[in-house]
Amino acid sequence: MSDSSATEEVVSDSPKVSKVTEAVIRIAGNSQDGIQSIGGFLAQLAGRSEQEVMTFMTIPATISGGPSIFQVRIGSGEVLTSGDDADVLMPFYQHSYENHIGFLKEGGIVLYDSSHVEPDPELLKKYRHIGCPISELTVEAIGGTAKDKGKNIFALGLVARMFDLDAAKLEGLVAERFKGKASSITTTALTAFHAGYGYPLTTLEEIYAFEEPKARDTEQVVCNGNDALGYGILAAGVRFGAGYPITPWSDIMELLRRELPKYDGIFVQCEDEIAAVSMAIGAGWGGRVAVTGSSGPGISLKGEAIGWAVMAEIPLIVIDVQRGGPSTGMPTNVEQSDLNIAVFGGHGDSPRVVIAPSSVEDCFYTAIEAVNLAREYSTPVIILSDQAIATRIEAFAMPKLQELCQDISPDLTPREDHKPYDLSAPDGITHHAPPGTYIKSGKYPIATGLEHDEMGHPSGSPKMHQDMSAKRRSKLQALSRKLPLPEVFGPEEGNVLLIGWGSTQGSLREATEQARKAGDSISCITMRHIHPMPEGLENIFDGFNHVFVVENNDEGLYGYGQLCGLMRAKFANPKIVGINKTDGLTWRVKDVLARVQTKLEELKG
Amino acid sequence: MSATAEITREPLKKKDLAADHPTWCPGCGDFSVLALYFKLIQNRGIHQEKIATVAGIGCSSRFPYFVQSHGVHFIHGRALPFATGVAMSRPDLDLFVFGGDGDAFSIGGNHFTHCSRKNINLTYVVMDNSVYGLTKKQTSPTSPIGFKSKTDMWGAVDQPINPIKQAIFAGATFVARTTHTNPKHLLSMMEAAMDHNGFGFIECLSECTEFYNGAFDASNPRKGGEFLEVPEDHDPTNETEAYDLAGQPFPGHFGIFYQVDRPSKQDREKTINAKFLEKTRDLEPHQILQQNFDKMK
Repeated sequence: MSDSSATEEVVSDSPKVSKVTEAVIRIAGNSQDGIQSIGGFLAQLAGRSEQEVMTFMTIPATISGGPSIFQVRIGSGEVLTSGDDADVLMPFYQHSYENHIGFLKEGGIVLYDSSHVEPDPELLKKYRHIGCPISELTVEAIGGTAKDKGKNIFALGLVARMFDLDAAKLEGLVAERFKGKASSITTTALTAFHAGYGYPLTTLEEIYAFEEPKARDTEQVVCNGNDALGYGILAAGVRFGAGYPITPWSDIMELLRRELPKYDGIFVQCEDEIAAVSMAIGAGWGGRVAVTGSSGPGISLKGEAIGWAVMAEIPLIVIDVQRGGPSTGMPTNVEQSDLNIAVFGGHGDSPRVVIAPSSVEDCFYTAIEAVNLAREYSTPVIILSDQAIATRIEAFAMPKLQELCQDISPDLTPREDHKPYDLSAPDGITHHAPPGTYIKSGKYPIATGLEHDEMGHPSGSPKMHQDMSAKRRSKLQALSRKLPLPEVFGPEEGNVLLIGWGSTQGSLREATEQARKAGDSISCITMRHIHPMPEGLENIFDGFNHVFVVENNDEGLYGYGQLCGLMRAKFANPKIVGINKTDGLTWRVKDVLARVQTKLEELKG
Repeated sequence: MSATAEITREPLKKKDLAADHPTWCPGCGDFSVLALYFKLIQNRGIHQEKIATVAGIGCSSRFPYFVQSHGVHFIHGRALPFATGVAMSRPDLDLFVFGGDGDAFSIGGNHFTHCSRKNINLTYVVMDNSVYGLTKKQTSPTSPIGFKSKTDMWGAVDQPINPIKQAIFAGATFVARTTHTNPKHLLSMMEAAMDHNGFGFIECLSECTEFYNGAFDASNPRKGGEFLEVPEDHDPTNETEAYDLAGQPFPGHFGIFYQVDRPSKQDREKTINAKFLEKTRDLEPHQILQQNFDKMK
């Protein structure tokens, strides 16, 4: 907890109130305890209070049961990561206590369920232990079952008291959550909340209150990356989607299935991944770019059809919410190991666009950008999200929906003539005429996976294959000239430039800030445009002695992670070096800093 | 989408509809299907730009190149899911899918099952020659046991698929069988499938003269065979009866084995959407989306 200088007067009979700028709270239990909802409530409250917030959770891949955690970091200033170490740990069980006490800062508070947890006497000095029979008191307050239902809401009350949170606002959120359910459910939840909030935390000498955050111009919204991506797809004007359930992509398909009918759109749950991508391409050929998506093995299955869309130059959006691989891998863990399949995953030369959102907010805007690139360049666009962004909750400014929402209905204006693959088109960029377009010449186009002539009819001509391959390549080269260079976080010259992509952005930025405070010369950039990369990146590299690409993937046979390998291939610059890990967890700031130091020492030889 | 309203139109002639000269071998049964497809379009006065001709991979799947219409030559076995995407998002089109037995029942078998049960509104003609022709004579999923091919040099050993049974079992709502040697019958089946609301499936025997010559002679009166129509007293809404009829030994019967009224997927989704649209019809998309964002405040 970062205490600010101001400490308020001690009020008699009440614990001391200390002002803090931020706090990291880790709640650890089992997957059915509803600890995700405690975290969700806290995140939403923070958002409504104009605070910054970021969360992190792990959920077991099993159907029910298994350890699960939720970590929420709330701050009055900028919050870039969910925090390396917790200020407060709330363990529900002995295993939660034992496995997570190591993530608590020295002097941190353990607020444990004394119905289930027996503290370790050796740790009593190191951390401040406060026991509360959460399970018993919940049953006492609301009656109920051996399953301790409702204890998450009781625990929420405890946290609210400890951090002097706005209880009225929280009650409102709890009531909203159960809206539409029987009123007894809401009443029970609120009873549990009050019981927790009213529990005398006698051993607690002080409670904490957050500093007033800076007033913001716009309202904040709070959601996770999958929601932001799904809503971005709707804002972009997409009205058709197809998919097959797989974690962690399924949330997005569920959202689209639920929401699309409001726009007279439809989402189809398919028999398999191949059908899903084929259906989305079919709808795209119909004239309005459509979306499919998946995770892990599902992406492998879609490869052939994506190659067809490259060949036939039909726009398509593929969302890949990456998880640990290969094969079934680690379904509920983060990894950034699908970059290669996104960029190169097809037989033959099949250039396509790959973009990676770098935060929850960015998921929303990336979806719109992806749709527009797919349309403008008539190409598949792969959105590389990952499990960490997909499931974490962030607060961000309310998007200006009226400006952003777009109409992408098919243009069926009759034409004199149409050459779908015109080789003389500037930069090789052509657009197909959707079915229903009347063509006066009577010559109708074919979309095909065979190499073809300018009308789409099969061609075995060596020159034609050469020219058409160049056409499909040059339109993405034209895009690379238009893409903006990533913003350098920190000075544009220095010793080390860290490069990250996707969910590592926050960790790299916080690491950069900490390092600079400690006097080290580090800056960082986030690569959103993975393929093509924006032209002129080398100018950024010129300002640094070292370029370290930090990724959640393996260093590979030749010592470079997947983005690092791509950059080595493009720039052939030996100062580009990889820092990798594959433990299925997001990068902690201190790990980034430690690995940078190790790498610098290694390079010194 | 009414931009074509003012176009003055002459009735389409065969030469308006013919595109590339077919690459099929002389005598191939697929020529009849193509000729009758043109006839169907002419008879029904379909506007040329509204025709969508979709196919997968195989000899018969080259079909779209030979037709002057918006056409698609997709990947092997996935013509049906592609066409489903078109059907669900562009119900204004006249959608026809063509393919062969390998495309439909082997690599695309899963999609055939699910397109049947979903009852997607489109017409699907499978030109069944019981052999892989494009790759030059390998066993197909409908090759009879004992058929000698490059992959079964001692004769095919696997039980062949019965497409009619397969379709009925999967929940198709229109299941018919015809043959390229009876053009009148073939055209009447295509018309009936097109008029059917839902998935209209036709198995059309289409001989491969190159790799399986004489395969269907037993159904061709000109070759000494017998063309047996589905009995007049057959009740096409009776699933069990249809299934039994489909189990008759080759050459079996020709005609509509099974046809029932069941809402298509388009119908069902339209009903769902209508309920939502009651609330959202007068709202702009950004206003609908704003409601979601307000809940996340």
